[in-house]
Amino acid sequence: MTTVTNRISSTYMAIRPFFKRKVISTILIYGTLPVLFVASLFLGQYDVSPSHVIDLLGAPFLNLLPEEIIHVNPSWTAAEYNIVYVIRLPRVIAAVLVGSGLALAGAAYQGLFKNPLVSPDILGVSSGAGFGAALAILLSAGAFMTQLSAFCFGILAVAITYLLSRFYRTTPTLILVLSGIIVGAFFTALISLTKYLADPYEKLPAITFWLMGSLAAVRYTDLLLVAPPILAAATILILIRWRINLLAVGDDEARALGIDTKRMSQIIILCSTLITAGAVCIAGIIGWVGLVVPHLCRMLVGPDYRKLLPVTIILGASYLLIIDDIARNLTSAEIPLGILTAIIGAPFFAYLLRKRSVGWT
Amino acid sequence: MILEVTDAGFAYPGGKKVFSNISFSLADREVLCILGPNGIGKSTLIRCLANLYDLCSGSIRLFGKEMSGLHQVEIAKKVGYVPQAHEIVFPFSVRDFILMGRAPHLAAFSAPGKEDYEIAMEKIELVGIEKITEKPVNMISGGEYQLAMIARALAQEPAILLLDEPTSHLDFGNQVRILEIIDQLAESGLSVIMSSHFPDHAFLTSNSVAIMKYGTFMAYGLAEDVVTEANLRQTYGVDVSITYSNDVARHICVPHRSGKCRCGSKLPTGCSGNSSIVEPPGGSSTM
Repeated sequence: MTTVTNRISSTYMAIRPFFKRKVISTILIYGTLPVLFVASLFLGQYDVSPSHVIDLLGAPFLNLLPEEIIHVNPSWTAAEYNIVYVIRLPRVIAAVLVGSGLALAGAAYQGLFKNPLVSPDILGVSSGAGFGAALAILLSAGAFMTQLSAFCFGILAVAITYLLSRFYRTTPTLILVLSGIIVGAFFTALISLTKYLADPYEKLPAITFWLMGSLAAVRYTDLLLVAPPILAAATILILIRWRINLLAVGDDEARALGIDTKRMSQIIILCSTLITAGAVCIAGIIGWVGLVVPHLCRMLVGPDYRKLLPVTIILGASYLLIIDDIARNLTSAEIPLGILTAIIGAPFFAYLLRKRSVGWT
Repeated sequence: MILEVTDAGFAYPGGKKVFSNISFSLADREVLCILGPNGIGKSTLIRCLANLYDLCSGSIRLFGKEMSGLHQVEIAKKVGYVPQAHEIVFPFSVRDFILMGRAPHLAAFSAPGKEDYEIAMEKIELVGIEKITEKPVNMISGGEYQLAMIARALAQEPAILLLDEPTSHLDFGNQVRILEIIDQLAESGLSVIMSSHFPDHAFLTSNSVAIMKYGTFMAYGLAEDVVTEANLRQTYGVDVSITYSNDVARHICVPHRSGKCRCGSKLPTGCSGNSSIVEPPGGSSTM
């Protein structure tokens, strides 16, 4: 009898820390995002009380109910309504979309290239998009055309990278990375050229600020434009996520296991490019999210893409929400996002590496 | 015949010819061991058999069907490929690693289910690595990794297992353990093709042996007929003795130290180093 009890209790002791850690980390991972989402709506230069934010968020749903059951008395002012619904909500949604998108694209690329040091702009999408935006600003093309131009040039840059890699018939992924470096350098030079040509009092600062990244100008129309490609591409990546594991192990082995590796890499490149180009065209160039977040997630849940991708999406969104909150609250003037992601991301990354549980060798 | 190879030839695009005129067939439960010096094309041949490379000439027929006309998924359900050990960047657990072998049986958008886990566990038990299922695959020993790769190939539930030098990088005990497992697999109904650097392994497991040299099969047939002192001297440029050991009830292959062999009476040409190598047809020795 005692042996049985002992065995049960020893089994329990053995699994308890694992169980406890798993439950707590799951709650933390998934619970943080909604809290941050609501918090981001009342944080800002203009004070809106948390209770008003929650009332405001609940109102559209409560209004759906018949008047007799519940009557919503507005506790908020018109200014608060504008602040929350017109200015902050699209911005917060954009941060979620961009953060999760960049992190997801980075994680997918790290599997495709079998390299944990890869970020979403490895194939030149950010440089291309940056040039597209800079060119549009130089030609005084307006906000919508700037976004469209950024999106198209981002995709064009990756297309050039891919076609360039087809010229050489050696190790495909290595050549892809090298082609990406070539195309990236080319478009970076073109960005410098547009800056050099730009009027230094008006357009040069505009280009420079655009390149540093910001979510300040995001409106619902921008979201409607980029959300469909980002969400569609993200859905595909999520659906094939188990198979990314096979690519991460090796090309030959994946093919021997019946995977069409060429088509699979085309799908991953296409989806990641759509996501990144969509993110960059509304937010500018935001580095580090796509590199640091997948790392952090791999440390938390391991390398299996079935678990890794959902957690990456959630933490990517949370990370950029925090960064954006800091960007608009730390000082009276906004701090560009690209600067903050690196200033916070780089030391954080250094700390992660120091802990030696990086999840890769 | 499960696998029939006729006049197979392969050359890298724009590069030199690796092999040509290779013909052989593989029967049910047969173990074919391919011997040959480094860089002769054993791995390339095995990759061709897994349809990773396309042949330049000749044909490979899998269960009577031309392999080049089959979809890779169809091939993956019949042929399991165990490559040479290499480093893996991401620390997948051994179980997740072996689960990857279920890929040919799963649709593009699906992930392994309960049944796949059961098959993976069954293969894990078959090769005897139950104790390390949760360990990261890049933290286990070379022998365990080799076994994990074999288990992954078995999870494909193939009819043919291709093993590219399964015993290289392994210590003596693990080499024998791997060969025993290969033996058991063949008895349980699998056909096996493996490459090896050790002629002795041919006697340990194989029914048939092929020696690759001069860009083709120099010799092919039953182990006792192919693994001969003359053939091995010609292949590797070293002298060996092949004797029957009553202790282990099989032939064994023992190398001599170059220039110091005591086989003068048997070999009229003497055996000082490389002097007795037969020149390859139409070329000089590159030993």
